[in-house]
Amino acid sequence: MRKLALSDEILLSIDKPARYIGGEVNSVMKDPSQVDIRFAMCFPDVYEISMSHLGIQILYDMFNRREDVWCERVFSPWVDLDRVMREKKIPLFALESQDPVKEFDFLGITLQYEMSYTNILQVLDLSGIPLHACDRTEEDPIVIGGGPCAYNPEPLADFFDVFYIGEGETLYDRIFDLYKENKANGGSRREFLEKVAELPGMYVPAFYEVAYREDGTIASFAPVNPHAKAVITKELVMDMDTAPYIRKPVVPFIKVTQDRVVLEIMRGCIRGCRFCQAGSVYRPLREHSLEYLKDYAVQMLKSTGHEEISLSSLSSSDYSQLEGLVNFLMEEYHGKGVNISLPSLRIDAFSLDVMSKIQDVKKSSLTFAPEAGSQRLRDVINKGLTEESILTGAADAFKGGWNRVKLYFMVGLPTETVEDIEGIALLSEKVAETYYDTVPKAERHGKVQVVASSSFFVPKPFTPFQWARMCTKEEFLEKAYTVKNKFREMKNYKSLKYNWHEADLTVLEGVLARGDRKVAAVIEEAYKNGALYDSWSEYFKNEIWMQAFDTCGLSIAFYTTRERSLDEIFPWDFIDCGVSKNFLKREWENAGRAQVTPNCRQKCSGCGAMRFKGGVCFENKN
Amino acid sequence: MKIRIKFAKQGTMKFIGHLDVMRYFQKAMRRADVDIRYSEGFSPHQIMSFASPLGVGLTSVGEYMDIEVHSTDSSAEMERRLNEAMVEGFQVLSWRRLPDEAGNAMSLVDAADYTVRFRESCRPEDAAGFFSGLEAFSAQDSIPIVKKTKKGEREMDLKPLIYQLRAEDGEEPRAFMRISAGSSDNVKPELVLETYCRAAGREWNPLAFEIQREELYAPGFVPLEEMGEIIE
Repeated sequence: MRKLALSDEILLSIDKPARYIGGEVNSVMKDPSQVDIRFAMCFPDVYEISMSHLGIQILYDMFNRREDVWCERVFSPWVDLDRVMREKKIPLFALESQDPVKEFDFLGITLQYEMSYTNILQVLDLSGIPLHACDRTEEDPIVIGGGPCAYNPEPLADFFDVFYIGEGETLYDRIFDLYKENKANGGSRREFLEKVAELPGMYVPAFYEVAYREDGTIASFAPVNPHAKAVITKELVMDMDTAPYIRKPVVPFIKVTQDRVVLEIMRGCIRGCRFCQAGSVYRPLREHSLEYLKDYAVQMLKSTGHEEISLSSLSSSDYSQLEGLVNFLMEEYHGKGVNISLPSLRIDAFSLDVMSKIQDVKKSSLTFAPEAGSQRLRDVINKGLTEESILTGAADAFKGGWNRVKLYFMVGLPTETVEDIEGIALLSEKVAETYYDTVPKAERHGKVQVVASSSFFVPKPFTPFQWARMCTKEEFLEKAYTVKNKFREMKNYKSLKYNWHEADLTVLEGVLARGDRKVAAVIEEAYKNGALYDSWSEYFKNEIWMQAFDTCGLSIAFYTTRERSLDEIFPWDFIDCGVSKNFLKREWENAGRAQVTPNCRQKCSGCGAMRFKGGVCFENKN
Repeated sequence: MKIRIKFAKQGTMKFIGHLDVMRYFQKAMRRADVDIRYSEGFSPHQIMSFASPLGVGLTSVGEYMDIEVHSTDSSAEMERRLNEAMVEGFQVLSWRRLPDEAGNAMSLVDAADYTVRFRESCRPEDAAGFFSGLEAFSAQDSIPIVKKTKKGEREMDLKPLIYQLRAEDGEEPRAFMRISAGSSDNVKPELVLETYCRAAGREWNPLAFEIQREELYAPGFVPLEEMGEIIE
């Protein structure tokens, strides 16, 4: 029997002990004496969130295909266990072997959202690994970060040995080979990092120096080690059909957020919404073939026994073989206890037809993401969704039996006026009216429910809005109240509901998203004063963060509300994500004129991603 | 056709709660390609019911569930297929066909066997002495307890619900109990131990014991497994 790191007494006195015992279906066990490299793959959040993440499952499967590597998982202990581990000085362990993380060769941490940064320090701290990369010795694991937030790694620069910029499938094999070679030659940690720094996509922050101007902006950013490159180009998979996917996803015992097979159908997006970082950094759009997806769908459903499969992408309707894939899944699995779920679908005749076949219409609600309340502002953000198409989609859905609609908006967008945000209420009202106009009284199942939610806009690196001024907390809240008041004026007020996100959290997210190296001190200070699980509103303590900014002498406004000039050097400018800064500037100017840019399939706008020589840029060109 | 499955839940799987065990077996049925029946309706679910939920922290070699299938291979083959779909800690012990008119395991459960030992970190020096007092305790004319219910507190006699209670021979001191179980007079083994501890003037620590369920019985102390027949 496997021996656990935690005693029965501890496990029986904390919430959900199954988070910490490993041993799930498809979790991989190996003999540690038979492998050369032990890799701890970390998602810095609680088990249920972490196990719902696709990226780490892909890498887990891929790494463990190598006989010389054992990849295990490690997640943030929940607050109850965190307390016990500190009190009893129990080192953080990996789920499979239950061995301390500190004994591993690598600790890989995925950076999915800014508000998980204090949990990264928790993981390092509980593992007994020095928080600062510069304090680590030959005994410590190499701490490597990846994922979307690695596109601005600077606020975390002090804490990581390496950042892997881009998609993980391409270079880990070479990293592992270099590591083994270096170890066999008796090379040091530093020698290994120098070799890694020569690989494309690898950023070793210790090998770079930043100089600042008096106003706090960057004067220069340059490598100070001959092995380091001045510009780091993102890594990406170009042959999607030879890239490894998951054959045997780990099946959690406890119910996790994503309790289903997740099939990634493509990467990237053709849409070019100007607020969206994923839409930029994953360019160009690259599809998996139908055959590849059929093969993996069958394997994964068989190996997990899951009762649901979900298709994943940024905009599933843009997948050119969607109909073929959905038909295949329906023929193979419908009526066999396997549900098919299709998030990120545009609402149109095809998707409504599919959804009415595979879902219980009465239980489900339809989601539209207009993102902005007026056509003018939707043009500013380049969200190619018109009021007409929303109302037509809603009318079709109401005819099909749906009577619940969710609408997603953002508030605080560049150039936004009162009319724009009042449009949120007006559009919601029109959707409700559409219901009463479309569905005769006798056929209605009660009232229509329209729920509008707004998040506050955070400008992100590598988007045309990276130059944008972000709102203050007070401005955000005032805008939310304006929308709320407008809702009260609507005739169908009782069928409408409006809610909005927390403003404190958004402001902080804004600082971390466009932060520089100086911000690391604030994260560390906040962590040391008890900030943890900041993305969980019940644990988010804004005062700790405000105090930390004070202590470190940093201004929030510098990172959020400050106007940035077009020639400012941004902390992330040394990364080349494929989309050029010139294209982003052009798009920022187009936004100011509310001028729409066509999507990649309509017309190439010369973003720069074509140089990767594949994907949508070369469709129909062979 | 109705099938009764007996399984063991041991080792680290004792930390998996009852609802998660159900989810685990639903997925295991699909992995093992069991031709299980689904309910009618828009969101069909597998026809599967468990005999008696086991508390988190307890191990068992006598768990039961009933399922309905359209077809089945031999018992040996089905046991093999399911065991290939198991993780360490779960083991399918038997697959038997029930008569069509058989009641389900949940409604039949009437008694259960448990063995109890001290967790190593909590074992007192007189562990054997502790357990040897059980027999005298259970020989009393009545064992009045106050049972907490949803409506408040209720006084009751534990005595008629304890069928056997004694120390067991063996290298490591341990106890055996056969107690009432099921929907009407369900007794948890912890309740018996707690009552004994209090009567013996000892501190009650629920974490001090390792408890294993050994068997579940239908009325007349018939092991639930014996109501089905092996499929050749």
